[in-house]
Amino acid sequence: MALQLRRKTHESIIYIDKDSAPRIMPNGEDFILEDIPIGTRVIYPNPPIKGLPNREAAIRYAVNHPLEMEPLYALLEPGMKVTIAMDDISLPLPPMATPDMRQTMLEVVLDMCGANGVDDVHLIIANSLHRKMTEWEMRRMVGNAIFNEYHPDRFYNHDAEDDEGLITLGHTRHNEPLRINRRCAESDLLIYVNINLVPMDGGHKSVAVGLCDYESLRAHHEPQTIRDSHSYMDPPASELNHKVIRLGKLVDEHCKVFHIETALNNRMFPEGYDILTRNEDEFSFADRLKWEGMKRTFSKLPRAARRKMLHAIPAQYELVACHAGKTEPVHEKILEKNYQQYEIPVKGQCDIMITGIPDISPYNVYSALNPLLVQVMALGYHFNMFRNKPLLRKGGVMIITHPCFDEFDHNFHPSYIEFFHRLLPESRDAFYLREKYEREFATNPAYVEMYRRGNAYHGAHPFFMWYWGENGRQHVGKVIVAGAENAHVPEMLGWERADNLTEAIAMARSYMGRNAEITMLHQPIIGLCNVTD
Amino acid sequence: MNKNDRAAAFYDLEGTLVSTNLVHTLGFYARRQQGLWQTAKKSVGTLAKLPFFGITDLYSRNVFNEVFFKSYEGFSQDRLRYFSDELFEEVLKPAIFDGTPELIAQGKKIGQRQIVLTGALDFTIQRLMDHLGIDDYVANRLEFVNGYATGRVLPPVMASATKAKWIREYAERERINLSESYAYSDSISDLPMLSIVGHPVAVNPDFRLKQTALQHDWSILNLK
Repeated sequence: MALQLRRKTHESIIYIDKDSAPRIMPNGEDFILEDIPIGTRVIYPNPPIKGLPNREAAIRYAVNHPLEMEPLYALLEPGMKVTIAMDDISLPLPPMATPDMRQTMLEVVLDMCGANGVDDVHLIIANSLHRKMTEWEMRRMVGNAIFNEYHPDRFYNHDAEDDEGLITLGHTRHNEPLRINRRCAESDLLIYVNINLVPMDGGHKSVAVGLCDYESLRAHHEPQTIRDSHSYMDPPASELNHKVIRLGKLVDEHCKVFHIETALNNRMFPEGYDILTRNEDEFSFADRLKWEGMKRTFSKLPRAARRKMLHAIPAQYELVACHAGKTEPVHEKILEKNYQQYEIPVKGQCDIMITGIPDISPYNVYSALNPLLVQVMALGYHFNMFRNKPLLRKGGVMIITHPCFDEFDHNFHPSYIEFFHRLLPESRDAFYLREKYEREFATNPAYVEMYRRGNAYHGAHPFFMWYWGENGRQHVGKVIVAGAENAHVPEMLGWERADNLTEAIAMARSYMGRNAEITMLHQPIIGLCNVTD
Repeated sequence: MNKNDRAAAFYDLEGTLVSTNLVHTLGFYARRQQGLWQTAKKSVGTLAKLPFFGITDLYSRNVFNEVFFKSYEGFSQDRLRYFSDELFEEVLKPAIFDGTPELIAQGKKIGQRQIVLTGALDFTIQRLMDHLGIDDYVANRLEFVNGYATGRVLPPVMASATKAKWIREYAERERINLSESYAYSDSISDLPMLSIVGHPVAVNPDFRLKQTALQHDWSILNLK
């Protein structure tokens, strides 16, 4: 490895030396302490940007000084029909400490609606084909006062299978269809309150994806689009983003959309747990005690209890920017802030990438991270956290740590079970699976009803999760799971397993050579590696 | 040809698509006997037998059917048929689960044939089947002699393994692909029927069926 590369190039990047401390890595619902080979580059999240002191004032300022639109109060007239759509539970991650950012935005907007004589207001969760949020989750998201006033008649989840509640807006010039929520499309004003956690969130995706139906979604959530996205965290290089922009323009032709976007910092953990995102070399005595205490507690708890405990720790995200107005300029401003928070300049790709898989993803809030979601986290999210070039060289080895337990949540992920146990043994080819089975799952009457009446992800959702890993699957030479508790899950995913990280690194080196450059993403991390030569 | 054209959805009825059970129907008829004395006698008799019905059902659905339909002994055929419309309007229609029409509509949308197999009596559910748009149904039939029920059910008695046997024969006759077909039930007694199709679904399941569904990774649906 070139010495130049070893130099400390950024505050978030360190290199493992002879006297470096072992690193803490997530391993499902647990954390492990691992010695990493000397010379390994470890990438940490950037320190959090200081939050704005008064978020309500910042939101008020944004809606009164919008970009390329009139202020919100000037758009509101007595008697008009207004719909406020918002992101679902997949954002932010983990769910943030109350009051949620959406609650504050809603309080500002609803206050303004009331002051301008607008009574016909509906609040719709833009869950698309995600699971519908439970009443408890909805209440937590918007606070008691709003929930009690609007739920259930005027505060509800979007239903992508309700034919009467959907309306076709048309097709893009590339023939992508778009059918969205009727109430939103037929409102005089659609206000979208968004939370941007990563650059693939927000913008036209909010309405065109969050409020659409299955047929509209499958036009861009498909293997080729994902293969052509380098990465989907880098919008200009993402084919998925290009398609979504085309659909967004179609939305703008039919609906008046006032977009309110917020950027959050990356303060994921409260005091006490913040050691999980810090450089272990700089741990104080108190930090080491905290770690020992956490480790000891976790070792005494069964997996389900650890999961419950981890999911109960609310994120401490703070607002760092809020803009409102026309979708595109607003999104551009918010992306700037996102990059400011998340971007880490990285020089040179690596041959072996090590990344621990934590217990939480956008799709398993309050449930287990099943094998398909482990795949999404590894090849979908962790692989795609780059701009310019992938962090991992083409054909390189990705090492993940996760027990890979064969556990699924029957209420949230029923179709995942069938996908994993029935389809993956037949084929892992995303194109084949889409062609042969996607529609069958999407129209399965039981899955449709479980999505509509329960809290299940849509029948087609496991397919989208499989496609989500498609560009990673094409790029990565091998995936090795360190510490997988069984052999069949890695095998079904097309991966290799190792008993522990040391063995996994030895296996990876046997493929990539003794001098292979190793980089570890210090998880949990919300960071975007801007990789240059 | 769409593979769903050769598929069917087989439903249990009571507890699965509607919230009522056989006892509700018996109770309805007991309250509509000729004369006050007969009405009171049948109503009280039905009430008194409820614990017994519960115990026999726990023991075996076949034994339950034998015991239960004895209660119809002496009912006039005319009267049973005459009140079936009222039974539908007053008892069965309000008992349809909210999700039932949606589930059936979704099955029809993808071309599946909709079939109900029930332990209820045929004349009691005819209107309900028309209302739900069911393509075929099979139910139990009472034996009548000189216009009065004998309290015996004509074979085959629709319960447990008999339902599975009927489905197999029906599938063979109608060229239905059972691997592509669905079966829906709320009760562990329908395990045979659930086990012979490719897509078994536990609907509003009882404890034992829920555990079985979880163990076998079957879908669990709540239509209530």
